[in-house]
Amino acid sequence: MSPRLSASFSLAIDWLRLFARKLEQTAHLAVGIPDYEGYVAHRRAHHPHEPVMTYEEFFRERLDSRYRKGSSRCC
Amino acid sequence: MKSVAAKLGWAAFAAFGAACLAVVALHRGESINAMWLVAASLSVFFIGYRFYGRFIGAAALRLDPTRATPAQRRNDGLDYVPTDRYVLFGHHFAAIAGAGPLVGPVLAAQMGYLPGTLWILVGVIFAGAVQDFVILFLSVRRDARSLGDMIRSEIGSAAGWVAMVGTLTIMLILLAVLALIVVKALAISPWGTFTVMATLPIAVFMGIYLRLLRPGRVLEVSAIGLVLLLLSIWLGGVIAADADWSKVFTFSGVQLAWMLIGYGFVASVLPVWLLLAPRDYLSTFLKIGTVSLLALAIFLVRPELKLPPLTRFIDGSGPVFAGSLFPFLFITIACGSVSGFHALVSSGTTPKMLDNEANARFIGYGGMLMESFVAIMALVAASVLEPGVYFSMNSPAAAIGPTVESAAQVISGWGFSLTPEMLTQTAKDIGESSILSRAGGAPTLAVGMAQILRGLIPGAGMMAFWYHYAILFEALFILTTIDAGTRIGRFMIQDLVGAAYAPFRRTESWTANLVATALCVAGWGYFLYQGAIDPLGGVNTLWPLFGIANQMLAALALIFASVVLIKMKRERYLWVTAVPMIWLLVCTLTAGWQKVFSDNVKLGFLAHAHKFGEALGQNQVLAPAKSIAEMQRIVQNDYVDAALALLFMTVVVLTLLFGARAAWKARRSEQPTALEAPYVAAPVR
Repeated sequence: MSPRLSASFSLAIDWLRLFARKLEQTAHLAVGIPDYEGYVAHRRAHHPHEPVMTYEEFFRERLDSRYRKGSSRCC
Repeated sequence: MKSVAAKLGWAAFAAFGAACLAVVALHRGESINAMWLVAASLSVFFIGYRFYGRFIGAAALRLDPTRATPAQRRNDGLDYVPTDRYVLFGHHFAAIAGAGPLVGPVLAAQMGYLPGTLWILVGVIFAGAVQDFVILFLSVRRDARSLGDMIRSEIGSAAGWVAMVGTLTIMLILLAVLALIVVKALAISPWGTFTVMATLPIAVFMGIYLRLLRPGRVLEVSAIGLVLLLLSIWLGGVIAADADWSKVFTFSGVQLAWMLIGYGFVASVLPVWLLLAPRDYLSTFLKIGTVSLLALAIFLVRPELKLPPLTRFIDGSGPVFAGSLFPFLFITIACGSVSGFHALVSSGTTPKMLDNEANARFIGYGGMLMESFVAIMALVAASVLEPGVYFSMNSPAAAIGPTVESAAQVISGWGFSLTPEMLTQTAKDIGESSILSRAGGAPTLAVGMAQILRGLIPGAGMMAFWYHYAILFEALFILTTIDAGTRIGRFMIQDLVGAAYAPFRRTESWTANLVATALCVAGWGYFLYQGAIDPLGGVNTLWPLFGIANQMLAALALIFASVVLIKMKRERYLWVTAVPMIWLLVCTLTAGWQKVFSDNVKLGFLAHAHKFGEALGQNQVLAPAKSIAEMQRIVQNDYVDAALALLFMTVVVLTLLFGARAAWKARRSEQPTALEAPYVAAPVR
């Protein structure tokens, strides 16, 4: 493979990876679960000395909050 | 140079859209390809988004990209998260899409495909998308607060209470009508009943898997759930073919209604992780997947529309719902063109995640256009059916009789060619014993979808598979809405009663929870039971009431939006929200008035009650009632329905008066008086 071809190949792979990640984020958010990595990054940046929930805790917290006050859904 | 090319491009696109629309509107003949309708709709959506949506954002609302959104100001990584606009679009669409845009257009097809298409397109561009967009914007400017909250602070607390009572009643009617759709689709259908019942153990398994086995692996467990669902459709076919087993899963409408009422109570007090959440995941993904599949199939199969553009029933004599084109078409097609419920979503979770004010148009206006496209697809699915088949499925037994022969005779008399063989053959194709009088839209949509999807993946038995897939897909998210809705109704009842008796508000009190849940279930259960025993099919009565309620909620949202525009001193653009508001007020008040006071017994609740009451006075039993007790119940139901319609009208009129008072005060002030959160500059990116 020529260097040029392999460069554009890895570019395409990166793009696909980004696309898959966006798709996963969309699917998760469609059922009320925001991006976990985003949450962790936010906690690290803004509350560096406070505990960060594990993914399992995060998932439970989100599940409870989605149905706590009842999410309004359309007809 | 570039802008000239862009202008030319849009002009050409507009001409293309106009040409497609002209073909749809003016074509008279045998049949027309669905692609004309789809292409016309897409052109209207793009042009509406590019020009009208942009105008509203830039001129009327003045979206400010430099202003920090609630997500930016209060980012907590959980509720308030600045989110990529495409990702947020998916969230917003999943939250607004439901059964409404699928059912309304199917019912409205009794007048032909043209009136429905035109109202969906005009309605969404000038009313529905405007409402969703403006409410989203107003909520973003107010710390992502809810519609009820915003009405309280901008118009007054009395208006807030009125709106809350209105919303609760709408909720109850919505749940009743959705449950009735499930009842109508599953009555005497062992295949459908089995597959829908199978979703309960599947969901519970998913819930346990998510909680204990592999916590939080949502996509993984949803994939497993989907495979199990498809297996249950196959197994349902086996069960329906078996003489003994099919009896176990055969229930009448009334039995199913009681089962749903019991289910609604139990499901809404169970812990959410066990049943509600996993089924919500499944139904959300299935919904988005099925809608995409239907779109793909329509593009690939390009079916012909068999339904005429206009039928004789625009005069109001139709069997599917009573009432003439104005106002009842605009009531029947609720969610596909404008839906008050979206105002609750647009002021719910979405405004907490908007990463920039400028994206409010894409999410709010664009999301509603997408919903409207679903409505167009539902209309296409209903229109690919033979008109005779369509009417046999959607007319009550009281109109077409109980047998295929009677149905074929009556419907042929209406001018739609139909033979008994066509009806038995269609029932056989979809694996059911009968398709007669399966009102409620879902079965019709399922047959239409099955017909289109069969064009995509042909094969013997595929039609029956797709039919039950479509029924399952609708029943699944209706059941989710029923227990989520019962929970919301319970919170509202606790809030309302709690205002008078404070301990009732405590959501951790089991007594308060159970009593409020029972009240909520009894509220929608009453209307569901009434619909299930109604010989006219129930959908006839309940859907118009739901439509009036839903459009009324949209009118409330638009009254609020108009008041705020005046308070912002943007009177120049008041027409943007005031014109659809006036139209909705005219439609809902006219429809409500006719439902209560019309002399036509088929239309007016009071006229109907009067007729049956008079017969009752002479000890007569009128068909479809079979006993004096049934006669009394019919009269009683008529009065309840009339009272409900009057309540809806009162809510609208009161809100209008409160809004007018707030607007009058705002006019007299020199300064803008809208209560926005103070300006904070967005972080530079």
